[in-house]
Amino acid sequence: MSAGKISGGRYMRRKAVNVAMLVLSGASAAFGLFWLFWILGILILRGAPALNWAFFTQLPTPPGMAGGGLANAIVGTLMLTVLATAMGVPVGLMAGTYLAEFGRQTALGRVVRFVADVMTSAPSIVIGVFVYAVLVQPMRGFSGFAGAVALAVIMIPVVVRTTEEMLKLVPNSLRESALALGAPYWKVVFRICYRRVFGGLTTGILLAIARVSGETAPLLFTSLNNPYWNFDFTKPMGTLNVTLFNYAMSPYDDWRSKAWGAALLITLGVLCTTVVARLVVSRTQIGRS
Amino acid sequence: MNLTVTSPPPEITRSGSSTEAAPARDSATQGCDLSGKALRIEVRSLHFYYGTNLALKNISLPIVSKEVTAFIGPSGCGKSTLIRCFNRMYDLYRGQRATGEILLDGQNLLDRDIDVTSLRARVGMVFQKPTPFPMSIFDNVAFGIQLHEKVSRSILRERVEQALHRAALWDEVKDKLKHSGMSLSGGQQQRLCIARAIAVEPEVILMDEPASALDPIATARIEELVEQLKERYTIVIVTHNMQQAARVAGYTAFLYLGELVEFGETEKLFTTPRQARTRDYLTGRFG
Repeated sequence: MSAGKISGGRYMRRKAVNVAMLVLSGASAAFGLFWLFWILGILILRGAPALNWAFFTQLPTPPGMAGGGLANAIVGTLMLTVLATAMGVPVGLMAGTYLAEFGRQTALGRVVRFVADVMTSAPSIVIGVFVYAVLVQPMRGFSGFAGAVALAVIMIPVVVRTTEEMLKLVPNSLRESALALGAPYWKVVFRICYRRVFGGLTTGILLAIARVSGETAPLLFTSLNNPYWNFDFTKPMGTLNVTLFNYAMSPYDDWRSKAWGAALLITLGVLCTTVVARLVVSRTQIGRS
Repeated sequence: MNLTVTSPPPEITRSGSSTEAAPARDSATQGCDLSGKALRIEVRSLHFYYGTNLALKNISLPIVSKEVTAFIGPSGCGKSTLIRCFNRMYDLYRGQRATGEILLDGQNLLDRDIDVTSLRARVGMVFQKPTPFPMSIFDNVAFGIQLHEKVSRSILRERVEQALHRAALWDEVKDKLKHSGMSLSGGQQQRLCIARAIAVEPEVILMDEPASALDPIATARIEELVEQLKERYTIVIVTHNMQQAARVAGYTAFLYLGELVEFGETEKLFTTPRQARTRDYLTGRFG
């Protein structure tokens, strides 16, 4: 037997296969990263020059006129995201809690879980059209509120599923020991389970925010756009995403440059949110038994 | 109040569905003289089902007040199932149910209209794996107190300190009460769980293999602690370690395949078992 040998045909073959697989998987990873960095590089190259003080502080200028900024759109994006978060996160958290804590085996639980899964992969433009039909048309006008509702509808299933998955990580022994002290079930969920997976829940919410902050299609049908200051949710509201869409298609060099700036800003926003989410995860104990 | 075997108080007959004054002693509990002993819990013809699967068959046994009672038996014999009836832990799961009676100070705690949260304040439980809550050491102990009582901050501090003292943990944690409960070692975590259970001031403490996840030194500390705790509390302990039962328990119940084979004073049960199956288990012929 050649069991004692450390060299030989079989060993050499294994070594070759190992090297080949390593090269292949390394190349695949590099291929993916290549495009990512290309996108980032071009964004920074074209977008960075547009990001000046005026970009953050001034209103858009009329077509063809240089100068001005997208201050209204930046504020509009923030306002929409905050309102969407305020509407979507509580619903998502509670529905996710229902799925994990009360509805694991129930028929309603199965239906909610299935619908949430379908909604997660629903094209966002469909959600935009839906909100157009149920809100924009009856209210006879595009509005920031309708935009926030569309974003909230996109957020909810994401928050539902992460909340459910996180709460499922809480060991039953922890629930039992809190119940054994005479705690009512709702207190066990709020004071023990939530705290145990706080990092995971926060991450889920931040990722849902990151997800909707890049959405444009649903906003085209709901909040539309607005080149002026608007703090009124019942009126159309300017956003970075829709402004980017409009400006990028325009024939004006200055607008196209601002579109690059908006694209870079959105990307940086999503990047920051994701990095914060990662930090939160690494600083809290998830799945520690 | 305690009830005694010789003179059962009227509550038993009032709250119990049975009209007999005392249940007929079956062979398992025969030969064990409990006259004059105060009983904290009395189990009568308890059957337990996981769905349709009968896991406990007609269990009847007494739990003597301020003593340690150990449940021993091979894995799957029903000892954990039995202890989980005492605080209705099984309520959490669908399809699990118990019939018969478990009298706690004369009241049948299997009754539908028993408030399980106040039952669990009277019957505390410590689990096999230490389960510190994701909060500070102080808050771990304070959590249970605040569930049942509204107390001032200073009284809360006193109660937490007292519970940690009684659980023999105070000296090790007094300087780091704000640290996470999860930062403690396994043995310390288990004593924290005991402190947490004690802080609610229960009458009975159930321990489901409290030392089986711990090293020998931590196990010895838990056993010492159980010895001290029985002065104040009635303790029921599940263990698969027969030496542990012999060391800590005044009374021992041997369960096998969902049946109570023998119950008696630990010394008698270990030295002169009445049942052949007990003898075989103790001498290592099965289990």
